[in-house]
Amino acid sequence: MKITPDVAPSVSALDRPNSYIGRSVPRPNLARLTQGRAQYVSDITLPRMAHVVFVRSPHAHARISNIETTAAKQAEGVIAVVTGAELAKVMTPWVGVLTHLKGIKSAPQYPIAVERACWQGEAVCAVVARTRALAEDACELIEVTYEQLTPVTDAETALDPATQVIHPDLGDNLTFERKHEAGAPDQGFAQADAIVETTFRFGRHTGVTNEPRATVADWNPGEQRLTVYQGTQAPHMMQNLFAKHLGLEEHQVRVLTKDVGGSFGIKVHTYADEMATVALAKLLRRPIKFVADRLESFVTDIHARDHRVKAKIGVTRDGTITAFEIDDLTGIGPYSVYPRTSGIEANQVVNLVGGPYLCPNYRARARVVFQNKNVMCQYRAVGHPIATSVTEGLVELAAAQIGMDPLELRRRNLIPDDAYPATGASGIKFEALSHHACLAHIDSMMNYAGLRAEQARLRERSVRRGIGFASFIEVTNPSAAFYGVGGARIAAQDGATVRLDATGALFCATGVTEQGQGTEAVIAQCVATAFGVPLERVRVLTGDTDNVPYGGGTWASRAAGIGGEAAWQAGKSLRANVLTAAASILQADPSKLDISNGVIVDADSGRERIGLDEVARIVYFRPDTLPPGFQAEMVATRHYVPRGYPFAFTNGIQASYLEVDTDTGFIKLLKHWCVEDCGTVINPQLVDEQIRGGIVQGIGAALFEHCVYDERGQLLNGTMADYLVPMAPEMPDIEVSHVVTPTADSELGAKGAGEAGTAGASGAIMNAVNDALRPLGAAPITEIPMTPDVVLRALNKI
Amino acid sequence: MTDRVRVALTVNGERVDAEVEPRQNLVDFLREELQLTGSHVGCEHGVCGACTVRVDGTIVRGCLMLAVQCDGASVESIEGLSDSGDIADLQAAFCERNALQCGFCTPGVLLTAQELLMRSDGAPSRDQIREHLSGNYCRCTGYQAIVDAIEAVALARQGPAR
Repeated sequence: MKITPDVAPSVSALDRPNSYIGRSVPRPNLARLTQGRAQYVSDITLPRMAHVVFVRSPHAHARISNIETTAAKQAEGVIAVVTGAELAKVMTPWVGVLTHLKGIKSAPQYPIAVERACWQGEAVCAVVARTRALAEDACELIEVTYEQLTPVTDAETALDPATQVIHPDLGDNLTFERKHEAGAPDQGFAQADAIVETTFRFGRHTGVTNEPRATVADWNPGEQRLTVYQGTQAPHMMQNLFAKHLGLEEHQVRVLTKDVGGSFGIKVHTYADEMATVALAKLLRRPIKFVADRLESFVTDIHARDHRVKAKIGVTRDGTITAFEIDDLTGIGPYSVYPRTSGIEANQVVNLVGGPYLCPNYRARARVVFQNKNVMCQYRAVGHPIATSVTEGLVELAAAQIGMDPLELRRRNLIPDDAYPATGASGIKFEALSHHACLAHIDSMMNYAGLRAEQARLRERSVRRGIGFASFIEVTNPSAAFYGVGGARIAAQDGATVRLDATGALFCATGVTEQGQGTEAVIAQCVATAFGVPLERVRVLTGDTDNVPYGGGTWASRAAGIGGEAAWQAGKSLRANVLTAAASILQADPSKLDISNGVIVDADSGRERIGLDEVARIVYFRPDTLPPGFQAEMVATRHYVPRGYPFAFTNGIQASYLEVDTDTGFIKLLKHWCVEDCGTVINPQLVDEQIRGGIVQGIGAALFEHCVYDERGQLLNGTMADYLVPMAPEMPDIEVSHVVTPTADSELGAKGAGEAGTAGASGAIMNAVNDALRPLGAAPITEIPMTPDVVLRALNKI
Repeated sequence: MTDRVRVALTVNGERVDAEVEPRQNLVDFLREELQLTGSHVGCEHGVCGACTVRVDGTIVRGCLMLAVQCDGASVESIEGLSDSGDIADLQAAFCERNALQCGFCTPGVLLTAQELLMRSDGAPSRDQIREHLSGNYCRCTGYQAIVDAIEAVALARQGPAR
């Protein structure tokens, strides 16, 4: 059996009879998912529901001269044909900027293009019909006349004076620029015995959620209410945006999110076609369903990465890193995505480069430019894979240059585990990290010395194996510093409401959402533990703006650390209320009572006094028997937001062991390890699976995934047959382990774990490939994906 | 438009008589006409495996087969396999091992895994399990938990005396 065994609770203070913190309890919602009884948005059907399909621009940049809709309007099953100009009367446009990203600019974006299409795939007309197939038939009958404009596709030349400005009102194609300097970088480089300077390139890739984006919008004129069933990570954010741009009050909008077929940051943004779907429901006064098909997904789901980073490191002969310098350039499509903006990833790169290390000398510039390609925005581990690959790539190239073991170079430069709190060169604040403990752990866990010996043995037989590492930091548990301070109405805090039901069971409504990562289990674990009931006595509701506390949802690895703490506090609060009620019934001192396994007991002896079902019965049905003036409160709500630090940084290290076929350029991953520190581990199995899934997404970026555009702005590989994703046979087994440094910002001490895997994987693999090829005199590979072509070029074979 | 065609087939053991458009694929027929939404539509071009169903005992891509081709056939979907209890051990192992996150790929993965286990002579190796899953895309798990769960069931089905 390979089933992971339960591990003992890691937090002894929580070791009570119903302590589920630190235990691998199964998720309560899994059985129905395995039985085909989930309810994804794509499964939803409502009475009178119609389907919308969009005609999309085949050009990257074109003026829309005319849209001929007569034939389509007369086609079978067609309910309406709506252009951008018509829909602009129903919904206002939006601009994706935030005030804390100084100088960021963008142009108004409409739900359907008006006058001009700015990327291949942008919707230019909507057809609503009885079925999706009939709507697609009618789309064929629409004739759009385009006047092609020069597309801006190369980020490198986007700022040249000769390049066309995509939005003339903005003056140039620069979305955002940030410069940062700390310490004395020039002096640092002057002190270095060796300087490595290179350029890293990161391919554009995308999320490829298994369920494409899906929205069912239902406007009820009788109630003057809009109900939107949406596969989203942030229901309250979307509630606000739907209301704002339709001219409604927020309370007129309800967003419902049931099962979501994968998110990873893809489903946390405003998409023009989803906004159009909601506007069409209002216009046509009936439910409208939009489900992107896979080909639409490739040209409309946000893309990510696509950075070119010129980077430099200085190091002394004895292995002291003296300075880091980066110049990052990224092209983000024609609009900064609303409301989180497309400036955050580059900003994160500046924040995170050099982050694990002591070196105080750092110079950075990041520029974000417009181009006529699909929009880019935040995707799992925003900026982390770029910053980690650059930093760790430089570190291992520097180690090779001075002839030092790459782990040894890290030992000499990682911030010491006893040096916290500390501030990174970019100004980021670290509460407590454990780089050295993680490094020591992975060293023994992977038997590093043994692998090096094996590598050397096999090299004699011309088998080219490589070992690569990546130390990393991860931004989790964000405070308002991420979005709120910039003016976005995206909740930083989150809440939980816990209720004792009439039979003594607990019900918890939470503002964080379930995207498959196990939120419902984690919330139930927190509530059951704090209150003192068996886990199966807790039911959890997520994803309903009418019925859960106002919250941010799931992004930036916040659901467990922030939502979990709110649930923990709400559980404790209700526990106090219930003990007060029980004490009143028993005429006892509440401080002498406890709740254990769903029964009120004497705190000292554990003697059972009264069941929760009996307390509930008396409170709800026979309150007349309670003392005069006593009112029981069987609902408690608590909220939580981290206040001590802007972000709860986590840290860790990954290692990759692989073999390169120098004839074909194929890379075979043999094994991958990760040791990370997300503080208190609420559910070890769920955390480990987040790490594994995240690593495999990083492997996809490292080896396969690439949205390839030509110079006309045409996506050349927008199908699942052409855009390669990680599949089972090529993936290695992954060993995961943890060092535990709880955050003191919350009582539970949990930090996030959703992005650590993706943060470090591509850097570790890049380093391993270079480690394998170095003895052959290959040029260092500093680009991903590392396709066979890239490997063979590095070997000078093609 | 082409006229609808009458088909008669068995779906999860129940007789179904329907008039279908010749262009309608099997998974759309199951989802839209029969409201069997357990089979999912992920790519509609035969790569992701989310629409995997069984036709006359063999797994097929529901997006690459037309409903009219199923006239006279016996079709089984995740709903039928769940109700029959045939894959109850696999489902339990997937829950225990957290071999699914969002769950969108899971029905297809389960049908694919069941086929491997039914056809294998003895318990398949981890490499054989990975190879057999090569047509099922999972973005969430990284596959290891899925392989673990299938391996555990494969060994358990061999009986305790090994």
